[in-house]
Amino acid sequence: MSGVQTQDGTQWNRQDFPEAAKEILEQSQTRKNVQHATNVIQGKRNKVVAELPDWEDLREAGAQIKAHTLRHLDHYLAEFEANCTAAGGHVHWASDAAEANRIILGLVQQHDAKEVIKIKTMTSEEVGLNATLEANGIAPIETDLAELIVQMGKDRPSHFVAPALHVNRAQVRAIFQKEMHLPDLGDRPEDLATAARTYLREKYLRIKVAISGGNFLIADSGGMCIVESEGNGRMCLTLPDVLISIVGIEKVIPSFQDLEVFLQTLPRSATGERMNPYNSTWCGVHPGDGPQEFHVVLLDNGRSPILADKEARQTLQCIRCAACLNACPVYHQTGGHAYESVYAGPIGAILTPQLHSMKEGRSLPYASSLCGACYQVCPVKINIPEVLIHLRGKVVQEDQATLAGKFSLWNIGMQAAAFLFADAGRLGLAERVGAVGQKVLVSKNGFIEWMPLMLGGWTQTRDLKALPAQSFRQWWAKEKAPSAAAKNGRVSHG
Amino acid sequence: MAEVMDHRAAILGSIRKALGQASSKDAIAEEYAAIPRTYTKTGGMERAALLAHFEERLVEYDAGVYRAAKDGIAAKVAEILTARGKPGLTLPEGVPAEWLPEGFSFEVAGLQALELDKTPGVLTGCTVAIAETGSIVLQNAAAQGARILSLVPDYHLCVVFAEQVVLTVPEAFARLEGTSTLPTTFVSGPSATADIEMTRIKGVHGPRFLDVLIVVEA
Repeated sequence: MSGVQTQDGTQWNRQDFPEAAKEILEQSQTRKNVQHATNVIQGKRNKVVAELPDWEDLREAGAQIKAHTLRHLDHYLAEFEANCTAAGGHVHWASDAAEANRIILGLVQQHDAKEVIKIKTMTSEEVGLNATLEANGIAPIETDLAELIVQMGKDRPSHFVAPALHVNRAQVRAIFQKEMHLPDLGDRPEDLATAARTYLREKYLRIKVAISGGNFLIADSGGMCIVESEGNGRMCLTLPDVLISIVGIEKVIPSFQDLEVFLQTLPRSATGERMNPYNSTWCGVHPGDGPQEFHVVLLDNGRSPILADKEARQTLQCIRCAACLNACPVYHQTGGHAYESVYAGPIGAILTPQLHSMKEGRSLPYASSLCGACYQVCPVKINIPEVLIHLRGKVVQEDQATLAGKFSLWNIGMQAAAFLFADAGRLGLAERVGAVGQKVLVSKNGFIEWMPLMLGGWTQTRDLKALPAQSFRQWWAKEKAPSAAAKNGRVSHG
Repeated sequence: MAEVMDHRAAILGSIRKALGQASSKDAIAEEYAAIPRTYTKTGGMERAALLAHFEERLVEYDAGVYRAAKDGIAAKVAEILTARGKPGLTLPEGVPAEWLPEGFSFEVAGLQALELDKTPGVLTGCTVAIAETGSIVLQNAAAQGARILSLVPDYHLCVVFAEQVVLTVPEAFARLEGTSTLPTTFVSGPSATADIEMTRIKGVHGPRFLDVLIVVEA
């Protein structure tokens, strides 16, 4: 599989979910860190969500605003472009990662910058911007604490709100001691935050070009909104001479007023706070306040074709709160790296394959138990389980269309199962044949401990109860059906 | 330039192709207006309870909270600065003289980050404050100034008038409607992070210390 360069120069999408998950499940420290962090955020989120009696109304409004915007996405992007340009901003369009990199690299080089400061942006990770900058002799400096930890640890982000959620304070200390040359650094979170403050402050005051993502593009004002905690965002979007924001086209909302919904649902869902410490909005360039040169790069990179699929289009409603990651029993066990994707967790499982036109991340729609916890917590009501099933269908149909897929054991097995389940007589016959045929597999205790081929996936970690000598349907036909038929005055066909 | 235009046309074309027939501007506006907004818009909490609610939220964020009457602002500012050990503060343009006590130095700041980094703190007003979320909203306006002023200094003292405090986020947005294009910052407590083991730690890059002085009628 071809992947995208990450911070450490390795690739995303290197292997399928089951293989990647197996590696992670052996890292007990990582699992402990992920479970602790997701439990804490979930608890906080549930508490502050329960405080709002109108939570469901906010979810509904948020979902409808986003769905409406997506239905008229070209209209709202054009409106944003016109208003942002009128406010002194420069709007660029990038169909793909290569174009986004070309535009941003060009802008950075035009200003002769050898270093840039960055606010955490998943779109930057998606297009592999850091690798591009580094290859051209430009040092990207991550300023979000977690992103700095990931960058210095030559690691990969595992969660898009808290990218370093998989490491604990002792691990952070070790990274900072080495990279910031602070042998005496303590491991209290305060010590680590102070170290980051001191390390980055000099850079904020000196570096002239900043790169950010964006939480919302506001069509009616031509403005942008960035939601953050630490103040690193404010530093990057206030102090430099030049600000370049790379934002997915689906991030546009119609009106400034719509923020009254999202600024309630996003912080509560993302970090379990009533409001995160800082939200910034601005329009283009304001004389005497902030960067006097502002660029927005609108990134498509596989998003627009998703609009054509009416069932899956809702994927693009996502506001990246990561509540679905924290709520997911699968993510809880594996953490983010197992998804081998910039976007992890349930939303990543539906977004990643679609961004790649189903060419990559094809195992991800299966990385779910379909329990529905993700849908329940989603602040814009993306029905993730529904989309997961829809995408599984797509994967299967595409596989069936290939010769290898058509004659694969899976397909033959599934076709056979479909044939048997479609008719009561065939199913009854299969049960009778199965009860006899299974005898070579059943142990003395009445369980099947080993099954051949892909059925072995089940018995690898648990035993399977053998088929009983008499099936329920046989029992019903013998014991109950005659009397039931007499009562109802009709013939059962069991 | 030609190439840039190509990408714009390609993206908008791809969106249009995926969505099918475009709607008219009026139809889009009508559809937008029909979005149900059944969430709570206004509060209806009486003034005293509202201010108490706001205070409680600020304290949870670890901000300092003080109160003064309209004619006692300067005296309270003096008390706060003495408690913080500050010799004076930097000011944006437009801070009323009656906020400023004798015996402290107050200077209207330049906008140089390196200079602001050395100042002991900043004194500002605000545009609106939200009780439910413990937020103060700053805009580039008189007595608030450019965003850099409330960002680089390590200490921020914000004067909030009781009538500027609303209960809900939608009420705040209603007040911001006419000035939505100004640079705007919602501040909810001192700068903080939860990036290490999900523990909220105060004081990363923004001001590590935030005091709010609520001004009431009498």
